[in-house]
Amino acid sequence: MLAWTIYLSFAGALVARLCPSKALARAVALLTALAGLGISLVTLRRWIPGELVTVANIPWIPQLGLSFHLAADGISLTLLLLTGIAATAGILFSWNIEHRTQEFFAFYLVLIAGVYGVFLSFDLFLLFVFYEIAIIPKYFLIAIWGSVGRGAKNANPGSQREYAAMKLALYSFAGSALVLAGMAATWAASGGHSLSFEFLAQYPFSSHFQFWAFPLVFVGFAVLAGMWPFHTWAPTGHAAAPTAASMLLAGVVMKLGAYGCLRVAMMLFPRGLDPWGFHVLGIGSWRDVFAVLAVIGIVYGATVALVQRDFKFVIGYSSVSHMGFVLLGLMTLTQIGLDGAVLQMFSHGVIAGLLFAVVGRMVYDRTHTRELGELGPLRLAHVIPFAAVTFILAAMASIGLPGFSGFVAEFQVLIGTWHTFPGLILFAGIGILIGIAFTWRALTKAFYVEGPPAEHPHPLPPITIPEKLGSFLLLASTLIVGLYPRILIDLILPALNSPLFDGLRKGAWR
Amino acid sequence: MITLLTLLPFVGGLFVLLVGRNRALARLVAMLFGVGALLITCFFWWGFDPQFPGMQYEVLHPWVPSLGMAYHVGVDGLGILMLALSALVVVISLAASWANENHDRLYFALVLFLECGLFGTFTALNFVHWFIYWELSLIPAFFLVRLWGGPNRARASMLFFLYTMVGSIALLLAFLAIFLATGQFDFVQLAQLGQSGQLTTALAQNLHWSGNPQHLALLVFWGAFLGFAVKTPVVPFHTWLPRTYSEASSETTMLLTGAMSKMGVYGFLRILLPIFPHQMQQEMKPLLWMAVATIVLPAFAAWVQKDLKRTFAYSSINHLGYCVLAVCAVASFTGTTAEAAIEKSAALTGVLLQIFSHGLTAAALFWFIALLERRSGGLRGIDEFGGLRRVMPVFSGLMGIAIFASLGLPGLNGFPGEFLIFKGVFALAPWAASISVLGLLMTAVFLLTVIQKVFSGPVNPRWEAMPDLTTAERWVFLPIIGLMFVIGLYPQLITGMVHVTVAQWAAGVRF
Repeated sequence: MLAWTIYLSFAGALVARLCPSKALARAVALLTALAGLGISLVTLRRWIPGELVTVANIPWIPQLGLSFHLAADGISLTLLLLTGIAATAGILFSWNIEHRTQEFFAFYLVLIAGVYGVFLSFDLFLLFVFYEIAIIPKYFLIAIWGSVGRGAKNANPGSQREYAAMKLALYSFAGSALVLAGMAATWAASGGHSLSFEFLAQYPFSSHFQFWAFPLVFVGFAVLAGMWPFHTWAPTGHAAAPTAASMLLAGVVMKLGAYGCLRVAMMLFPRGLDPWGFHVLGIGSWRDVFAVLAVIGIVYGATVALVQRDFKFVIGYSSVSHMGFVLLGLMTLTQIGLDGAVLQMFSHGVIAGLLFAVVGRMVYDRTHTRELGELGPLRLAHVIPFAAVTFILAAMASIGLPGFSGFVAEFQVLIGTWHTFPGLILFAGIGILIGIAFTWRALTKAFYVEGPPAEHPHPLPPITIPEKLGSFLLLASTLIVGLYPRILIDLILPALNSPLFDGLRKGAWR
Repeated sequence: MITLLTLLPFVGGLFVLLVGRNRALARLVAMLFGVGALLITCFFWWGFDPQFPGMQYEVLHPWVPSLGMAYHVGVDGLGILMLALSALVVVISLAASWANENHDRLYFALVLFLECGLFGTFTALNFVHWFIYWELSLIPAFFLVRLWGGPNRARASMLFFLYTMVGSIALLLAFLAIFLATGQFDFVQLAQLGQSGQLTTALAQNLHWSGNPQHLALLVFWGAFLGFAVKTPVVPFHTWLPRTYSEASSETTMLLTGAMSKMGVYGFLRILLPIFPHQMQQEMKPLLWMAVATIVLPAFAAWVQKDLKRTFAYSSINHLGYCVLAVCAVASFTGTTAEAAIEKSAALTGVLLQIFSHGLTAAALFWFIALLERRSGGLRGIDEFGGLRRVMPVFSGLMGIAIFASLGLPGLNGFPGEFLIFKGVFALAPWAASISVLGLLMTAVFLLTVIQKVFSGPVNPRWEAMPDLTTAERWVFLPIIGLMFVIGLYPQLITGMVHVTVAQWAAGVRF
């Protein structure tokens, strides 16, 4: 049944494009997204912990050993749920799009379909195909419907959007090229019979092959996960995208990268994480390299966010910082750290979505400015208190206050870090502190500034019902997972203990 | 049962938000919930069996077993005392806000949310569950300072928030290491591991620590210490406090000093002393010096302040310093003799008395300042008044009683606590107690200076028409001042509740 998430999204895209009226296109898009979320939720209810559900396995190009193989384990299901939630919320927050509405939702749903496809693929080639499908609509969503900041060098809004869109597309394709090269090498090294994960996870690749294939594929995917120093597409892309696309970019698309890192690079080439046998500056394996890069990302992203003047860039850099925790968790190679990493993918997806919704939809679409300095005097906390309260709650979730999903996730990543990299724990702690500082700075600067209220040329329209619904959906998700994390932990942990990850568990796993 | 008590203020807060823009109704609803919580606490107090060792009203549910998270609540003598104090301080603060027109329904709702956080912190026995309340109580406190404070409130609230967060993150990281080592988040279990010394070895083993295992345990201890040192505060982590207390509206300061600062001392007693006894003993020199500094330096600082609120803010640090001193002295002494146990019991009983009596006195003092501010149009400089004794005798008399209580005059509530603390500490760490007497002396000096400058001397002509306490205010102050006398003359009221808990601590902290 899970495969219908993909088919329905493609069908929905087609129907939305052909709809005669804008209202109808919106309704179609919303129904499609809700159907996807519903399918994931129904699957969650029937889920038996630890199972691997094969959804479809049809020979595709038998001569090359490629098949249309869809399957889901607990990790996939967690991210499918996230996609369903983010997609539904994104549509609710783009209810006000009037410019080429039908096309907007068509592109949007194609993106969703691609994302569902990646999370469900159990064949490396198929995963790659869906991964590429997801890149195309991103470009158009930003280039046509994007938003423009005032601080940019180029005053021409069109070219600014295109710059961001092109940067994002080029970075994505560069990452894909690495993945493609890795995939071709894998295909050749494994004898060219199959690219199915079940086959490859058991295939005994030589240590030497894994030694260089692992970083190749890992970096390829990590580009999209916003790993420092390949993160620069993220803030520009997030900031230039229309609200719904920012929510999806930060919420789901960055997870594609992190998911690829785990599902492809780490699951297939676990020996690539083994020590090299020599040390350079105290770094003795790819694992150390990426852990250090992840921590640099955490601290760097947070520090840069601290000095941004553009509200959307603050959130954009915060994504880089929070995704650093995902990569750090992956590199701890402990059960608890990996569990935290997957949970952080979910949690960041929901929270970043909410933050972008407040900044992009509730604030920018009403005030037409993203400058923190200009937002303060508008006294937004009095004018649109709903936005202020939502942002406070989202900020609390984002800085990892207990009770929200971010806490449970970061907390497990940190335990894993204590176990594997006790020397990095201090930097991670500093990263969290700077994270608190920039979030609270943005909060007070945007909503709670003293002084005489500035006159706004036109009264701000009130918060609409779709916005409220979307906010409630996202807040409820982060709170439910925060207070009862077993919902997801019971999915993730058995999946990590399944035979697929045998190779990883044989390393320095605990 | 305890769950119900913790949830009550939260529901009350939501209810207050719902009742609409009617301020009178909001404050009434908030007061009803506050008094309701106080009554339930009294009910707990009444049903509490002071002879029973261990936790009472205990509830334990698994939550996320794979992460050691459980819903574990319960109270011992310390817990019940803290519950009573927070419920009392919240009601006093709500009463003080009654006539403050700036405080709207959001204010009352935040106060109730804060109360929920306090109750949760003082009853939770599992770290994760406890940490939720510890952190979430900070959010209403931040907004209480941020939205209703003085002109520099933006800076003050941010400083308060970030400082506390630094401590909290250090505390969190320390506990994550502990969890990794022991697979436990339960305070009761961890205390056993800590006292038997297994914690140190487990930490070194499970974190692949190549150096001296003691060093790692000390690192973890200092991380946890930082969390509580900022909150209490302990010098030199106190710099956020004077600014925050003086910028916050006085009603908020009552909550901050009366109840929230006790969270730090509570952490010393519930977490540091039971879980890290060996580490505290190893580090007794710096700990005792910090405690002494916390007593002496703020007392001098308070003396030179020109702003009444800042004076009493520093005085708060000084008063909580006695608690820190006693806890550190108890941990530092290695003797196992019967006399040592008696001295430890004395010091710890003193801490609990001091917690309660400082909460009560500080809340009352800041209320008096709030009243003074409201009558003078926001002025609160020490030199701006004078001769108030003649203008408003009842006010001056009652505030005088509160100041003398703060000073530790026998017969009032401040005395038994400080007396027992000094009695215990003199035996356990004589040099620290001797230096701390200087703080006691300076407290007397600056408090008498306040009395002299504000209440006596020539009447400042500006305030000749300042109205005295109204009848309503007199009636509200009556039970508070009365309680001060009751505790001063009959400290058995509190010591009777806590003596079993204290005896256990005194016996458990052996080396």
